[in-house]
Amino acid sequence: MMDRIAALGRGGLDVISSFGRSGRFLVGVLAGIPRPATGFPLLLRQLYFVGVLSLAIVVVSGLFIGMVLGLQGYTILSDYGSEAAIGQMIALTLVRELGPVVTALLFAGRAGSALTAEIGLMKATEQLSSMEMMGVDPLRRVIAPRLWAGFIAMPVLAIIFSVVGIWGGMLVGVDWLGVFEGAFWGNMQSSVDFVDDVLNGVIKSVVFGFVCAWIAVYQGYDCVPTSAGISSATTKTVVYSSLAVLGLDFVLTAVMFGDF
Amino acid sequence: MAQRTTEVIVGLFMIAGLAALLFLALQVSGLSPKSAGDRYTLYANFNDTGGLAPRGKVSMAGVTIGAIESIELDTETFQARVVLAIDAGIDNIPADSAAVIRTSGLLGDQYIDISVGGDLESLSPGDTFYSTQSAMNLERLISNFASGR
Repeated sequence: MMDRIAALGRGGLDVISSFGRSGRFLVGVLAGIPRPATGFPLLLRQLYFVGVLSLAIVVVSGLFIGMVLGLQGYTILSDYGSEAAIGQMIALTLVRELGPVVTALLFAGRAGSALTAEIGLMKATEQLSSMEMMGVDPLRRVIAPRLWAGFIAMPVLAIIFSVVGIWGGMLVGVDWLGVFEGAFWGNMQSSVDFVDDVLNGVIKSVVFGFVCAWIAVYQGYDCVPTSAGISSATTKTVVYSSLAVLGLDFVLTAVMFGDF
Repeated sequence: MAQRTTEVIVGLFMIAGLAALLFLALQVSGLSPKSAGDRYTLYANFNDTGGLAPRGKVSMAGVTIGAIESIELDTETFQARVVLAIDAGIDNIPADSAAVIRTSGLLGDQYIDISVGGDLESLSPGDTFYSTQSAMNLERLISNFASGR
């Protein structure tokens, strides 16, 4: 009995100390700003891996989600004879919610897990400690570019996702189901506000990008340096990122769009 | 991969993102330099604003001429005081015009329609509409009809 209580307490302390380590880790990464001359090429390389290579999955998902929204919206709205409102429905859903959230989930699965596995393997093969031995700060050289790349790539991906989704919705609504195109865009433009909707969506995706990249690099850096440790760290990255994104989304939505 | 190629591809990626943001701004949210242009303020007091909301439109003869900036309660008269931002180009609204709350369609958004009066004087910035007509409340209408008033 005592053992169980002690284990519970130890587990709780482990969780808290892991939060503490991740915080210290983040401070270490952000404080060690690399020199532009050496840091920029590294950042660029990570932007390529994290951002450009995620583009395909983001564009394809965006297209299909937009098309599904168009189809679902049409079937429901045409019952009320207001199918012209699907432009507004698709745009608001994508720009406010689905764009940032789904992109973040895809990003955690596609890029976050890869970051964790890569850094974890670097740790397991002692590349990180040999860097320290050579006097190169691994936080600055390895971690910081990956964190910043996730931070920068996510809003770009989310914006592209929304645009492709709106285009997909237009494809279904206007071209296939015959909604009047002028009303489609007109309704959209009169109801979507640039600052309140588009920029708030971008802020959301910036937050998500930061959180996802942070979790991914931290899990990699903090993993148990064995093959089992790397695999569990990769799983944790995807699970924690998804939970963090969905939870934060609720909080951010309440702050941005709730009227209180 | 060569450094140069990475640079170009990442550059294209960022440009694609910027272009997408521009598309959202111009095509989706209808943000144009003109719409954020000069506006002046008018006030209107209503007994009941119904479902009127800030950012709603203000129109005249069906043409949008401004937006609702804010709605607050006047604690002296207990009426709703609506602040309207009207495009600066429309500076000759007759002083006896009325602000009427209307609904677009049966279930649509509520907006303020300005029905034009015939006065030669026009409203200047900061003025209050003299006559207003509150939101049509379907339930009240039905209960009035049922009780024969």
